Amino acid sequence: MSVFFSLLWRDVLLAFRAGGGIGTAFGFFLTVIVLLPIGIGPDQALLQRIAPGALWIALLMSVLLSADRIYTADYEDGSLEVMALGPAPLEVAALAKALAHWLTSGLPLAIAAPLLGFLLNLDVALAPRLAASMLIGSVALSMLAALGAAITVGLRKGGLLISLLILPLYIPLMIFGVSASTGGMSGPDISSSSFLVLTAIVLVAVVTSPIASAAALRAHMR
Amino acid sequence: MGLDQDQFLYLLQAGRLAAMFNYLANPTRFLKIQAAVQPWLAALTVAVLGYGLYLGLFVAPPDYQQGETVRIMFIHVPASSLALGLYVFMAFAHAIGFIFRHPLAEVAAKSAAPIGAVLTLISLVTGSLWGKPMWGAWWVWDARLTSMFVLFLLYLGYIAVWQAVDEPHRAARIAGIVALVGVINVPIIKFSVEWWNTLHQPASLLRKGGPAVDPAILTPLLWNMAGFALLAATLLFMSMRAEVLARRVRQMEMAQVGRAG
Repeated sequence: MSVFFSLLWRDVLLAFRAGGGIGTAFGFFLTVIVLLPIGIGPDQALLQRIAPGALWIALLMSVLLSADRIYTADYEDGSLEVMALGPAPLEVAALAKALAHWLTSGLPLAIAAPLLGFLLNLDVALAPRLAASMLIGSVALSMLAALGAAITVGLRKGGLLISLLILPLYIPLMIFGVSASTGGMSGPDISSSSFLVLTAIVLVAVVTSPIASAAALRAHMR
Repeated sequence: MGLDQDQFLYLLQAGRLAAMFNYLANPTRFLKIQAAVQPWLAALTVAVLGYGLYLGLFVAPPDYQQGETVRIMFIHVPASSLALGLYVFMAFAHAIGFIFRHPLAEVAAKSAAPIGAVLTLISLVTGSLWGKPMWGAWWVWDARLTSMFVLFLLYLGYIAVWQAVDEPHRAARIAGIVALVGVINVPIIKFSVEWWNTLHQPASLLRKGGPAVDPAILTPLLWNMAGFALLAATLLFMSMRAEVLARRVRQMEMAQVGRAG
């Protein structure tokens, strides 16, 4: 357990001190949010309609942007081999690294998203739902990003491959996440059931991602 | 501890299956069997697929609403179902590779991927051609189209992993992880996009109360499905042969480099 927390703390510290972690994700998120109204026009009604989906897209892309950094440095300087040989199973290390990625990308973005949403004329009534669904959903985004990073670690063209591998897995999260935030654009309100399905997918990702990541890392280090 | 007769027979059967499984684990034996079976399989493919296409394109009646365009179905439906089936086959083969270390399982999975990807593409293209007169658009973001598109991406990702990792055993393990994670997600993706939007007609072959398709259409469709399955099997065996041989060449090259160095 102490291995888990020390790894978590190490990664969070690294993200803060080495720079480029949270700042880049935030900057990218803000860029998408600012460019969107400029690209499609300042129509308030239209912006309000697309705001939850646009915020989810921005979140997803920001998380994906920092994904290939999760394991690269540790793989190159040999820390990953120390983790593999260490007292805790590699699965625990994988969970710690994925969670650290969430703490330094998904979590701050999910908190900031409803606030930045006002740039897109986000409906105030939707803001709490959006925050809740992003808070939960971004856990799975980080878990899957870490899995993609583990699969592509040490590969040429890894950064390109990671998007191709992760994109299909992000589609269900995107659908249920947006549905949980908006309650459905038309028809009956399905936000609470969407939220439950989203949570279920998150739980599946939290269980499977560390196991699959550790298996991929072992295959790479063999 | 005594076994009753049923248990004994069951064990015997299981033993036989395991023996067959092991028997096929030898690549040289596989090449021999493959070489013997290949011409017959290819001939059967030509016969069944030819007959199916003849029935579908010339004999089957045009639909009273859709006219002649309904004939696209005889390509579209077999390609789509086989594309999905091959992905599951691929993941299953990798599972066998992980559990039993069966040397041919990963070769089979690797060989199945491009076939599945091409079938997915055929399904997307024929679906698009069919969609234009029916729905008035080449592409609509309907649930089934979207999930087929995502399946195509899954195939591409899987193939890209094989391309990116040089050492075959390492590539096999990593590609296996990708395939298994993908197959867990296939139902989730399918469910999610149906939740999201659906326009495509619901499944009409496999459903409660029997197929909802007229026998005049169903018979050629089943012939075509059998033909496509045979075609996939033929291509799979050919591709597996090429892969086994390619690995041998690689081993010889490595041995040569080893001797030289």
